[in-house]
Amino acid sequence: MRSSVAPRLIFVAYLLVLMLPIYWLINMSLRTNDDIMSGLALFPHHPTLIKFFEIFDDPTWVHAFGVSLSYVAINTVISVVVALPAAYAFNRYRFIGDKHLFFWLLTNLMAPAAVFAMPFFQLYYAIGLFDTIWAVALAHCLFNVPLAVWILEGFVSGVPREIDETAAIDGYSFPRFFIRIFLPLIANGIGVTAFFCFMFSWVETLLATTLTSAHALPFAAVMTRAYSASGMDWSLLSAAGVLTMIPGAVVIWFVRNHIAKGFALGRV
Amino acid sequence: MIDKPINNRAWLFVLPVLAFVMFSSIIPAMTVVNYSIQDTLGENNFFWNGDAWFRDLLNPSTEIGARFNDALFRTLAFSFVCLAIEIPLGIAMALCVPRRGWAVGISLVIVALPMLIPGVVVGTMWQIFTREDIGLFGAALTGLGIHYNVTQDAVSAWVTIVVIDVWHWTPLVILLSYAGLRAIPDAYYQAARIDGASRWAVFVNIELPKLQKVLVIAALLRFMQTFMIYTEPFIVTGGGPGSATTFLSIDLDKIALGQVDLGNAASMSLVYYLITLTVCWVFFTIMNQLERRRDV
Repeated sequence: MRSSVAPRLIFVAYLLVLMLPIYWLINMSLRTNDDIMSGLALFPHHPTLIKFFEIFDDPTWVHAFGVSLSYVAINTVISVVVALPAAYAFNRYRFIGDKHLFFWLLTNLMAPAAVFAMPFFQLYYAIGLFDTIWAVALAHCLFNVPLAVWILEGFVSGVPREIDETAAIDGYSFPRFFIRIFLPLIANGIGVTAFFCFMFSWVETLLATTLTSAHALPFAAVMTRAYSASGMDWSLLSAAGVLTMIPGAVVIWFVRNHIAKGFALGRV
Repeated sequence: MIDKPINNRAWLFVLPVLAFVMFSSIIPAMTVVNYSIQDTLGENNFFWNGDAWFRDLLNPSTEIGARFNDALFRTLAFSFVCLAIEIPLGIAMALCVPRRGWAVGISLVIVALPMLIPGVVVGTMWQIFTREDIGLFGAALTGLGIHYNVTQDAVSAWVTIVVIDVWHWTPLVILLSYAGLRAIPDAYYQAARIDGASRWAVFVNIELPKLQKVLVIAALLRFMQTFMIYTEPFIVTGGGPGSATTFLSIDLDKIALGQVDLGNAASMSLVYYLITLTVCWVFFTIMNQLERRRDV
């Protein structure tokens, strides 16, 4: 297979096509609206960062970015912490109803967000969490906690059971064993899990916009509002879009060597 | 698998997960069930309505029934088209990803990038990209003399949503297949080389069977995600033109949050949810069976 050049070329072509819409967005974000409307240009002739500064200077946008990052972070931490013992239990023990419970958890991963939008709204309104970052962070647990359990269970299965037994013989109490020995062993798995939780919480926008109205608006909502408010400020929308891609790109760069392994378990 | 000890105290480990998921799953689901069997005359006065909402919904001759039927058919067709493109394309591209060297990391990062872009941004990006005045895609198609208008032409709108989904989510299939391919031991390839097997024979007899399990997962995830698609059509086409791209989620959102028609929305939610549950169960059964066959 060493001699074949065609697959490489096809793949590079695919990557270029994949990058094209993203490039176009960056292109738009570096041009002013007058420039954009004046005609098609394959690259910005007079690149300007003016729209980025406009966003940085606007407290609404800055606040919205903070909100989005906060609920994603809270949700990721909750999901991973809660899922760790469960993943261990599912992999190491049999207990009454374990299979059914696992399936039920997975079904939540597949639950259409649109089904839950209205009841979530009422639930969080009733308990006074509506329009806070906690509402969104908790709502995203619906699919991220099962996801974390699923991925982590795969990584737990990669740790030989002998290690548990040896630690018990050496006199480690269970909590000490779990934190001091077991967690470092699946550190990669925790990283990969956190990455996927981050990803799914970060890209979810239907629930995030439904559960907030004024104080905890995520950037997605601010963006949707910017549509009508500014009479299609393409340049501004593009700049905001480019900014939302940065956290994802940063996170993915850190886990790039582990992604393939995370996928290898066939659990996403 | 068999030597796992039975320990019902393991429930304690699962309890936190249960609490969180129950809170965000069972309680909202019960609210939906509640609305689906009641009717209201306003002012929070609810009364028992039996299965009337469901009977309306499942009867295509009523207004809501026809609407649901159309949206369901549209969504299924959409899922099918997307799967038919993404799975083969994903496998093909996964075969082309470099296996070693510096290019691996960069390739994976680039491939995964679209998946990390929030739905709203993907929508906006493609809304710009497909406009014929300022978007490269729209301008190129129009320049080629193809009639293309997302907001007025149903075919254009459909093609656009499919293209967006293919662009956005084929990477998932690629990464899954790539990981599956990496797990094939080199010995298999060496044996094939000794036998003088063609590239195609290697693919059909070695790679494809080994990818089976990963592909089932890919198909499951892609089916579910396309079946619930919401944000992209919501932003790019708004469900239109007419109702050409009004998929189930969008229709549900219109009925529930737009018209606040609780009974119809709730019964629709439940039927929608039951369909996803059923499909999920079928896939899960297939997956377990594959696993069992592998264990033997």
